[in-house]
Amino acid sequence: MLRLEARPQPSALWSYASPVLALLVTVTMGVLLFTALGKDPVSALGVFFWEPIRSAYALGELAVKATPLLLIALGLAVCFRSNVWNIGAEGQYVLGAIAASGVALLANKSTGGWIVLPILVAGVMGGMFWAGITAWLRDRFNANEILVSLMLVYVAVQVLSYLVSGPWKDPQGYNFPQSKTFDLVTRIPRLFEGSRVSIGVFLALLGVVGTWIFLFRTRAGFAQQVGGLAPAAARYAGFSSRRALWVALLVSGGTAGLAGALEVAGPIGQLTPYVPAGYGFAAIIVAFVGRLHPVGMVLSAILMSMFYIGGELAQSRLGLPKSLTGVFQGLLLFSLLACDTLVNYRLKWGK
Amino acid sequence: MTPPRLHLAGITKSYPGVIANSDVSLTVMPGETHAVLGENGAGKSTLMKIIYGAVKADAGTMMFNGRSVHVRNPQEARALGISMVFQHFSLFDTITVAENVWLGLGKHLSLAEVTHSITTKAAEYGLDIDPARPVHTLSVGEMQRVEIIRALLTNPQLLILDEPTSVLTPQAVEKLFVVLKKLASEGCSILYISHKLHEIRELCNVCTVLLGGKVTGVCDPAQETNATLSRLMIGAELPQLIRHEPKLGAPLLRVQDLTLARADQFGVDLDGITLEVRAGEVLGIAGVSGNGQRELLYALSGEDVRAKPGSILIGDADVSRLHPGGRRKLGLHFVPEERLGRGAVPTLGLAHNLLLTRHEAIAFPHWGGGWIRVAQLEAQASDIIKRFNVKASGPRAVARSLSGGNLQKFIVGREIDANPKLFVVSQPTWGVDVGAAAQIRAEILELRDAGCAVLVLSEELEELFELSDRLHVIALGRLSPSLPIGQATVEKVGEWMSGLWDFEEAAHA
Repeated sequence: MLRLEARPQPSALWSYASPVLALLVTVTMGVLLFTALGKDPVSALGVFFWEPIRSAYALGELAVKATPLLLIALGLAVCFRSNVWNIGAEGQYVLGAIAASGVALLANKSTGGWIVLPILVAGVMGGMFWAGITAWLRDRFNANEILVSLMLVYVAVQVLSYLVSGPWKDPQGYNFPQSKTFDLVTRIPRLFEGSRVSIGVFLALLGVVGTWIFLFRTRAGFAQQVGGLAPAAARYAGFSSRRALWVALLVSGGTAGLAGALEVAGPIGQLTPYVPAGYGFAAIIVAFVGRLHPVGMVLSAILMSMFYIGGELAQSRLGLPKSLTGVFQGLLLFSLLACDTLVNYRLKWGK
Repeated sequence: MTPPRLHLAGITKSYPGVIANSDVSLTVMPGETHAVLGENGAGKSTLMKIIYGAVKADAGTMMFNGRSVHVRNPQEARALGISMVFQHFSLFDTITVAENVWLGLGKHLSLAEVTHSITTKAAEYGLDIDPARPVHTLSVGEMQRVEIIRALLTNPQLLILDEPTSVLTPQAVEKLFVVLKKLASEGCSILYISHKLHEIRELCNVCTVLLGGKVTGVCDPAQETNATLSRLMIGAELPQLIRHEPKLGAPLLRVQDLTLARADQFGVDLDGITLEVRAGEVLGIAGVSGNGQRELLYALSGEDVRAKPGSILIGDADVSRLHPGGRRKLGLHFVPEERLGRGAVPTLGLAHNLLLTRHEAIAFPHWGGGWIRVAQLEAQASDIIKRFNVKASGPRAVARSLSGGNLQKFIVGREIDANPKLFVVSQPTWGVDVGAAAQIRAEILELRDAGCAVLVLSEELEELFELSDRLHVIALGRLSPSLPIGQATVEKVGEWMSGLWDFEEAAHA
């Protein structure tokens, strides 16, 4: 019989191999799933794993989707490593989008290109403000941050609905609940003609470097993580747990808000009820599949972006529901959790 | 001839990376009190868990009363007549003594019947206990009595006790020995696990010594000396500590009328604690755990900053409300009782664990907390590992991978290496093997001779007598007057551990 035996110490090999194995398991389950649905599994898998990287344009689209996922995941990694469980990045993302839209709607024909900077700053502030509510309630009343941040997602969505169907509704929008299209000058600068990739990619990669330095080379980042790994040791060392809480939530709120601003002033170009696309939740998976490591999360963000694009293509090409994206995301997270057992245990045959 | 009560042959058990027991044989006769002696990690606990069915041996046979048995779990062990009292009690704090015992006995008895049998058993063995009291109101010694009564109610033929005296006052140890001797005289066999040589020599008929998972000797403890027993136990003789006359300097730590309400429900209120530690002396604080040591240390280290201003001074600075980092800047270094999780982060490497209290490898400390120079940090960790003989694979070894004793050496080393002016240490050698303990004690005395003020909290009286120049005793959150070491005796300190110094003071006045 197969049994698990505890390893004397966690396997370094398996901490890298486990996400790869999880991906293989996910693909295998995908093949079974497509076969059961009566689709050719090879062409179906091609839609998910080959189409998104086939052309320069496709790669661009991959980057467009991966950018917000990576930005949000970077902030979440800081949070989760500090033992602060911010589940509400989606809400912070929405608030970032709202704040950025507020600035973008002020622009008119005579505004200069500098407006992009205030838009991005507003997005960051909006996300920080929303996460700050969670931090304050936790700090002041010891409210559970998981519940508070999650509930605030729904509040954020209601705020968005109110704005687009009330004060910010486009008067010439045929009564659709959406704002007017932003002035072209507010658009986040794009890198190439004919592609939607913007400078957001650079901001995200800058974030990767910054997060890596903060986590692994600064004393502040070290103190932040000790609070998560061993709270009593943090107290013994004199690292403030309140400071860690605020830093974690403000950083993750800020990156989620930035992602919201880049999205609303980038590919979308107006504030609509479709701004919340689930990036805030998908980024939780990105963060864990990427081992909460900045470089790992670049890879997992790209993978998750493939699932998004693959889901859309599966809908148009194969006539499968778009929710396949969610199925794949869930499968990946579940397989990862299962495969992670191998980091601390080894499989053995025997009694 | 009667068959032996218990006979083990060729018991072997290995865990990944370690062999806990290797070809261990052990014979216990009816009515015999049999000591199992060995250092931490020698395999004593594993062997007992195998007998009790909590762990399965890889190889070997076990005979009970002449019959070959395979004990698969503790229920089967109890059915055979084997009972065990663990070092860590398994009692629920919020329910009564009787309810706790009832939980372990099963449903066929009523609570009233259980209460009755507790009272009868308690009277029979002179174990004074009130079955109606909630467990959280009991002292540690009383909790142990509950565990022993629970074990006796199953009428065991073999009773296993794992380090039973580690939490007791000397007087409570005396009482326990009376009970154990009575049990043995009635034919019950006792397996007594300990590393305290004098206890074994007083109580036991036979002694099996384990070293590194193997039996290194079976002897009659009464015929042996501490020196010969410790040679069997650690394979070498212990170095003697050298004590110089103290050269006293200015007071470096003053605690004045420190009164502090407990921070959590099961804590202890500190009541008017006053003490002073001068440069060049070691002040010891004795006491049974759970009498306010934990709370006092939190207040001293800065992990608890609720003390009222003016109650804690380092040198001339009032630090009552200062955080741990600020106190460290004033020269206070502190080794907490819990190593993993408080003194060190279990999943981080030794080098990074330096950053909890040391700043030498931090560049630009005023720039957002500072930049970590990793190479320098690892070199610093390697130096400490070498200087304090820490057995570790290197500066990157995670704290969790070290044995308790080695991690303690590293943490003590980390704090001593910082050249503290004031050194506070709790349970410096708890769970540390005898050789490492001797080394840590020598380092503490060296620090004192270099002019550091040292405060040691320990539950081991022997250790305090060896290290301290003066002694206090803490009981129920109050601190006794100080006692020069020359006037301290085990009996007197033992009495004071129950909080009985006022009476004596009054008699002198």
